[in-house]
Amino acid sequence: MTRAESSVFLALQANADTRELVEAILADNPHATLDEQPAMVRIIAPGTLTVHAATVAELLGRDYDLQEMQVNLISLSGRVDETDETFTISWAR
Amino acid sequence: MQMDLRTVAIAPRRQTFGHVARRLGADKSASRYQEGTWDMQSTGNFHYKPLWDPDFDHFDPARTELHMKDWYAFRDPRQFYYGAYVIARSKQQDVAESAFDFVETRGLAETLPKDIRALVLDLLLPLRHVAWGASMNNATIAAYGFGAGITQPCTFAAMDQLGIAQFITRAGLLLADPAALDTAKAAWLNDACWQPLRRVIEDLFVTQDWFELFVAQNVVLDGLLYPLIYRTIIDDGLTMRGGSAVAMLTQFQTEWAAETAKWADAQVKVAVAESADNAKLVTGWLAKWRDRIIPALMPVAQLALGSHADAALAEVADQWASRLVKQGVKL
Amino acid sequence: MDIQVAKKKLGLKERYALMTRGLGWETTYQNMDDVFPMDSFEGIRIHDWEAWEDPFRLTMDSYWKYQAEKERKLYAIVDAFAQNNGHLTVSDARYINTVKLFINALAPLEYQSHRGFGHLGRQLRGVGPRVACLMQSLDELRHAQTQIHAISNYNRYYNGMAEFRHHFDYMPYLQVPRSFFEDATAAGPFEFITAIGFSFEYVLTNLVFVPFISGAAYNGDMGAMTFGFSAQSDEARHMTLGLEVIKFMLEQDPANVPIVQKWLNKWTWRGVRVLTLVAMMQDYMLPKRVMSWAEAWEIYFEENCGALFRDLERYGIVMPPCVEQVRKERDHLSHMAWSQFYQGRGTNDFHTWLPSAEEMDWLSAKYPETFDRYYRPRFEYWAKLEAEGKPFEATGMPMQCQLCQIPMFFTEPGEPLVLAQRHRHHDGEQYHFCSEYCAEIFDDEPEKYIQSKIPVHQIFQGKQFPEGTDPTAEGFNPGAAVGAFLRLDPASTGNFVGSEDEANFNMWRGLTRSND
Repeated sequence: MTRAESSVFLALQANADTRELVEAILADNPHATLDEQPAMVRIIAPGTLTVHAATVAELLGRDYDLQEMQVNLISLSGRVDETDETFTISWAR
Repeated sequence: MQMDLRTVAIAPRRQTFGHVARRLGADKSASRYQEGTWDMQSTGNFHYKPLWDPDFDHFDPARTELHMKDWYAFRDPRQFYYGAYVIARSKQQDVAESAFDFVETRGLAETLPKDIRALVLDLLLPLRHVAWGASMNNATIAAYGFGAGITQPCTFAAMDQLGIAQFITRAGLLLADPAALDTAKAAWLNDACWQPLRRVIEDLFVTQDWFELFVAQNVVLDGLLYPLIYRTIIDDGLTMRGGSAVAMLTQFQTEWAAETAKWADAQVKVAVAESADNAKLVTGWLAKWRDRIIPALMPVAQLALGSHADAALAEVADQWASRLVKQGVKL
Repeated sequence: MDIQVAKKKLGLKERYALMTRGLGWETTYQNMDDVFPMDSFEGIRIHDWEAWEDPFRLTMDSYWKYQAEKERKLYAIVDAFAQNNGHLTVSDARYINTVKLFINALAPLEYQSHRGFGHLGRQLRGVGPRVACLMQSLDELRHAQTQIHAISNYNRYYNGMAEFRHHFDYMPYLQVPRSFFEDATAAGPFEFITAIGFSFEYVLTNLVFVPFISGAAYNGDMGAMTFGFSAQSDEARHMTLGLEVIKFMLEQDPANVPIVQKWLNKWTWRGVRVLTLVAMMQDYMLPKRVMSWAEAWEIYFEENCGALFRDLERYGIVMPPCVEQVRKERDHLSHMAWSQFYQGRGTNDFHTWLPSAEEMDWLSAKYPETFDRYYRPRFEYWAKLEAEGKPFEATGMPMQCQLCQIPMFFTEPGEPLVLAQRHRHHDGEQYHFCSEYCAEIFDDEPEKYIQSKIPVHQIFQGKQFPEGTDPTAEGFNPGAAVGAFLRLDPASTGNFVGSEDEANFNMWRGLTRSND
C-alpha cells in the first residue's frame, strides 16, 4: 500500500472576518479542499499550504497583516513558517 | 416614550464560587478579577515533590523569608485579570504605534539634533537589556512566588518588560539601524559605565528569595531607574533640547512606570503592615538594594547629565524614599 | 543635514530575532549555570540554542492587540449569554454535567499549565524558547480565567461547580487529572514541555477539544463554544511550539532521541488514561452526541498523528508501543468509566444516569463489537433495579492505580471479562496498577510515584475528615465526615433524575415558554 502524502490543514472560524481570507487561500492553493463545519471551516491540502498577504489584501481592499489571522485561527496541522508576506504550513521541511 | 426592556427573571441559587464567597464574607456578586484570581493556586495535597527543587513543594510559602497569614492580601489595585490586562495594554500600544508612525513618516528621527540622537543611542539602547533582565526577574517571581495574588501581576510585569525591551529595540531601529543595537550590546557588556548595573542585574538573577527579588527589582531598581531615565532625562531634559520625538517613542515606558509603581507600592504596604518581622525584613532589603543600585545608576546618569547627575539622582532618590514612607516603611 | 539613506527593510525573522534573542547576553558576574541551574540535569544535551527556530513571531505589541480583540469579542458573548439566561437554551439539563466536568477537571489544569510554562519561561537557557514559553504561560492564564468566567454563570444556577477549587485539590476522581499534570510540573523542564507542549497540546489536543467544544455547539451552549474557539487560536501557537521543541531536542544530539522516545511513550499513555474522562463524557453525557470516542480516536489520533509520526521517523522516533493497547481498549473505555461513575454517584460532584433505550441503540451502532455483548446487560440490569426502587450503588471504595489513580476497572486487552491488575514491590510496600504501562512508568521512577496521595488511602488514613474530628466518638459517620471535608453538596451528587438541577431547569425553562 502506498503511503499517502501527509496532509496539512488550517481551521478558521467561519464569520464575516474570514470570508476573504478563505477565498484567498483557496485561490492561491488549487490543490486544497474546503471542509465546512458548524461555525468553522477547515482547509486541507496535501503537503503544503501557503497564505499570501497580498492576495488577501487585494480581496479586502486594504493592507493585510498576516498576524491578523491569529484572531480567527482555530487549529492547524503541519510545521509553520511565517514571513511578512506569507504564512506556510508544511510537512515537507 | 420609555422603553422598558425585560428578560425573564429567574433567581440564581448562589452568586459566586464557594472559595470566593468565603473571602468576601458572604455569597455576593464577585468581580471578574476576584473570580479569576482568588485561590487559583493549589496550596496542599501535592502528589510529587518537584525533581528540580525537592526540598520544597511545587508551590511553597517557604521559598521566601516573608510570612503572610493570607497570601491573597496581595491584591492588584488595577484589578488586572488577563482580559483587563491585554485590553489596557492594547490601548497603550495603539498610542505607541501612532507615535512611532508619526516620528517615522515625518522624518523626525533625522531632524533630531545630532548630539541628542547620539545620547539616545548611548543611553536608551543598552536599557533594552536592563528591561530584559527585569522581565527575567519577574518571570522568576511568577514561577516560584506563592499565591496568584502576587504571581499574576508579576507575569504581566514580565511581559510588559519584554514589551518595553521591544519598544526600545524599535526606537533603535528607527533612529539608527541593527548595527546600533550591536554597539549598544557591546557597551552593555564592556563599557565601564554599565558594569555596576549589569552586575546588580546578574546578582538578581541568582537571588533565591522571590520577595527579596520583588523588592529589589520592582520597587528599588525600577522605582529609581524609570523616573531617572524617562522623567528627568527624557521628558524633562531632552524635550527642552529638541528631543521631543524621543519622548514620543518612550511614552509607553513613562505611563507604564507610573501605573506599575502604584501596584508595587501597594504590595510593600501590605507586606510591612503584616508584622514587625516582615517590616524589618522588607526594610532591610530596600536598604540593601538601594545602597547598591543608586551607585550603579550614577554612571548611567552621568552619561546624560554630566555634572548634574549627582543632584538629579539625589532628587529621584528622595522622591523614591517619600513614596516608601507613604507605604509605612521607615528607611 | 545628512542625506537620508534608504534603510534596508528587515524581514520578519530578522526583526523578531532582534526583538527576542538579541536581548539576552552571556552573564559574566554570575555563572550561566547558576543563572540557569535546571536545564541540564535531565540528560538532554543542547549544543547550540541559536539553532532554535521561533515558531510564531509575535512581538508583545501585536500580542496585546490581537489578544485584546479576541477578549472583547469573547466577553461580549459571555455577557450576552448571561444576560439572556443562555443556560436555558441548552438541549437538555444533563448537558450541564459536562460543564461541571470541565470546570472541575480541566480549568484548574490551565492554571497549572500557566505556572508550569512560567517555570520554563525562566529556566530554559535559550532566549527564543523562553519567550515562547512566557507567552504560553500568559495564554494559559487566559484559558483558566475565561473558562471560569464563562462557567461562572452556570455556577449561579446549577450545583456541583461552586467548590471546583477545593475539589480539584482533594476529590478522588479529580486526582486523576491533577496527578497527571503535577507529574509533568514536578518533572524537569524538558520532560514538562514534551509532556504538555507536545504530547498533550499537540498529539492529544483535538481529542479534548472536539468532544467538549463540538459538544457545546451541538447542545446549544454558546458560551462554552465561544470560549473554545477563542482559546483554540492560542492553541495553534502552542502546538507549533510543542512540535518545534521536539524537533529541536531531536536535532541537537542523537543521545536525546531515546530520552524523548521514553517521554513520548510515558506521556501518550498517561494522557490517554486521563482522556478516559473525555471518552465517557462524549459517549454518555452529551444529550446531542457529536461522534463516539472510537470515531474521534480514528480521526484525531490515527489519521492526524499518522502524519506527525511519519515526520518524526527521520529522527528514529516511533509510535509509542502503548498505542496498541489504547486501540484494544478503544471500544471499552467509555462504558467501563461510565459504569464506575454511575456506581459511585453518591460521591461525585456531577450527576450520572443510565442511558435510555435510544441512547443504548446509538452505543450499539457505534460499538458493534463490544456494547451489546459486555455493557448493555449491566445497564439494563441496573435500569431494572431502578424501576424496582432498588437502585444499585457501590458501598465500598475502589482500589486505585498507584500511577494514573483511576479506579482499577480496566480489563485485560483482548480479554474483556478479566480484570487487569499488576503489582510491584518497593521498599517493603506493595503497589497496584491498572496496566503494564502504568507499572512500567512506576518502575522507571518509583521514588516519585510512591509519593502519590492516593485518595482512597487518604480517606482510610483519616486525612479527609474536617479539622478537629474525633473518629472514636459515638455514632461517628466517616462518609458524612468525608463529605463535609470535601465540601460536597449532597444536592450535586447522585442520579440526574430527581435532582435539583433537573427540577430547576424544567421549571425555569417552563417560565420562559409559558404565559402564566
